Amino acid sequence: MWFASPDEVRGRLASVDYLADDGIATSVFLAGALGKPLLAEGPAGVGKTQLAKAVAQATGARLIRLQCYEGLDEARALYEWNYKKQLLRIQADGDAWEDIFSEEFLLERPLLRAIRSDEPTVLLIDETDKADVEVEGLLLEILSDFQVTIPELGTITAIRRPYVVLTSNATRELSEALKRRCLYLHLGYPSPERERDIVLAQVPELPGLLAERLARTVATLRGLELKKSPSIAETVDWARTLLALGRTDLDEGVMAATLGVVLKHDSDQSRAAKELGLPRP
Amino acid sequence: MSEPLLDRHVAFVGALREAGLPVSLAEGLDAARALTVIDLAERETLREAYAATLVKRPQHRPGFDALFDLWFPPVISDGPPEPAPGHAERPVLPNETAELRDRLADLLMGDPDDPAFRAFARSMVGRFGRVPAAGNRQSWFSYPVLRALSPQTLIARLLDAMLAERGGVPETLARTQISRNIRKFEEAVVADVRRRIAEESGIEKIARTSVPLPIDRVDFLRLTRDELARLRREVHPLARRLATRLTARRKLGRRGRLDVRRTVRASLSTGGVPLTPHLRPRRPHRPELVILCDASGSVAAFSHFTLLLTFALREQFTKVRAFAFVDTVDEITAHFRPGVDVLDAVTRMTEEADIVRFGRTDYGHVFTRFAERYADAIGPRTSLLILGDARSNYQAPALDALRRLAGEARHAHWLNPEPRPQWDSGDSLASAYAGIVPMYECRNVAQLATFVEDLAQVY
Ligand SMILES: Nc1ncnc2c1ncn2[C@@H]1O[C@H](COP(=O)(O)OP(=O)(O)OP(=O)(O)O)[C@@H](O)[C@H]1O
Ligand SMILES: [Mg+2]
Repeated sequence: MWFASPDEVRGRLASVDYLADDGIATSVFLAGALGKPLLAEGPAGVGKTQLAKAVAQATGARLIRLQCYEGLDEARALYEWNYKKQLLRIQADGDAWEDIFSEEFLLERPLLRAIRSDEPTVLLIDETDKADVEVEGLLLEILSDFQVTIPELGTITAIRRPYVVLTSNATRELSEALKRRCLYLHLGYPSPERERDIVLAQVPELPGLLAERLARTVATLRGLELKKSPSIAETVDWARTLLALGRTDLDEGVMAATLGVVLKHDSDQSRAAKELGLPRP
Repeated sequence: MSEPLLDRHVAFVGALREAGLPVSLAEGLDAARALTVIDLAERETLREAYAATLVKRPQHRPGFDALFDLWFPPVISDGPPEPAPGHAERPVLPNETAELRDRLADLLMGDPDDPAFRAFARSMVGRFGRVPAAGNRQSWFSYPVLRALSPQTLIARLLDAMLAERGGVPETLARTQISRNIRKFEEAVVADVRRRIAEESGIEKIARTSVPLPIDRVDFLRLTRDELARLRREVHPLARRLATRLTARRKLGRRGRLDVRRTVRASLSTGGVPLTPHLRPRRPHRPELVILCDASGSVAAFSHFTLLLTFALREQFTKVRAFAFVDTVDEITAHFRPGVDVLDAVTRMTEEADIVRFGRTDYGHVFTRFAERYADAIGPRTSLLILGDARSNYQAPALDALRRLAGEARHAHWLNPEPRPQWDSGDSLASAYAGIVPMYECRNVAQLATFVEDLAQVY
């Protein structure tokens, strides 16, 4: 049993400084209660990765992370035989053909590690959309029965199913089949009220009023038609920057001088400066 | 699960499917299982449990929420009892509205997630939303509520209350906050109107008519300004998704024919055994794109969005040139230089480009003019893309000019934002032009995305 109720999720995530709304609390609870993987999708920097880490931290579980990228394959995701070690063994002992396909020569990768883990485990499959489409087939297989067949060793079944979180930036649509298998959580930009609370959870030294001002400014920026809207991570960075500069207020001069922390494109900066009526630095 | 709940569950899942959400059998069962482990009295938990199990695309969420509100309405226990239908309306007292507006002003400065906010919206629908309808019937509407309270006219007063002085960034921030809260109030009113109609005339009836379409299915020709702004914010994410897909496909097709010389040469190091086949890299063919777009009022939203999208995708093409017209034509490529702000580009294009003579769209003149001035833009590697509704105010079509242009190009396509059944009605020359350049219906972003993906792939 991972969590007893959505309320318990909220409480325990808050204790590790992660603020859950109704959607987060309910889906995190259900993923544990129904034993289904949770797919968290949304733009960059809205707390998808952090959510998995927070679940692990709040429950004292071990975190195993599979970082996806273009070209990720079974050998990197699941397991691989250690060829070099096998070759050395064969050279030393020409009759060792039987032994070299044994535990000793197996390189365990994150998926296998999570399946074989005998302690409570959170498996984070991060940035699933970056992996090639074929990897989804592999994930689908693993996530449906949590077992792996290694021809030389036999079938390995999970002793206890890991709590699985997949994240995606939606740079491409994940397959229908994978989505059907998962519970779905869309993480978007929070309301200014919630973002203020998130900023204060991450940067408790920040004065409350300044956090409020930051959150409102960022909400306004997100309303503009920008190439890249500021993320929560960037709001938090902005808060840290102001603190480091010893600023307790966000007046127009400071805003103009530090806008680069949240807006990375030149054209976005000029649009924002224009719409907010800021002096151009 | 109790029987009434089970019935409701089945009906709700059916309504979601009818509204276009692809809910599979397995997902329906997941939702049912979820209901057995949550506290059903917690309405928001119930909503999120359904969302987590059944809604796997953010575009479907608004429609889902509207339906959820109908099938699982909040238990309401606030406000004085309302007059029964058929009762004479209580007259509105002169300063009653003023008091209600004061109360609304207070709420608009606060947090819209405060339960008092929704409760107020509901009681206002009860107070102002009932309107006698045809026959002896009554119905509920949101506009009399919004007209009576007129939240938009509270803005100036709210700004004065929130700010020590007007102007600058503080005013901009306050305006964002106020307009968001007004929008939330309007949404709460609309939701409560729907709930009341459902209560009186049955859920199914209203469910079919009032659930919002996902934004990528809304007709370009019917976009409201708000929706257009929302769509423009989608340009870059959409471009990124399309680009990733295109790059992935090109890569799949990248391995070319066997390069015999390199394979043999490499085999020398393995004693003549050709272990590693070497393949000739296939030259990626990226089309050159020339866009010719109708910028007249009727189709402007469609043209703007399509231009923004193609320029956001410019890396997918060797070269992109764009031309706009109403009744004459001008090049607008320079307005879309990389790094240029997109909104500026669209405004400047309409203000600065020389595209209007008399102001009534004239495709025939435009094709003739284009052939004279810009014939060099089109060559054997060009894909020509024409955007417009082919409505030419009964002017001569200049079919020959278009035929020559299309003949010079490698491919030519025409995207028409009108629904196909309306083609050829009135002053539309759709079929005449479609006989020369293949014409596709392109009513919404979903259709456009499919087309662009195919276009950038033509080898
Ligand atoms: N609900 C939240 N509570 C507390 N902090 C949060 C919350 N959401 C986001 N954050 C903050 O945002 C930061 C960025 O989150 P994270 O790195 O998880 O983003 P991401 O969605 O995984 O982004 P990317 O797609 O770029 O990987 C976190 O380190 C944390 O500081
Ligand atoms: Mg991440």
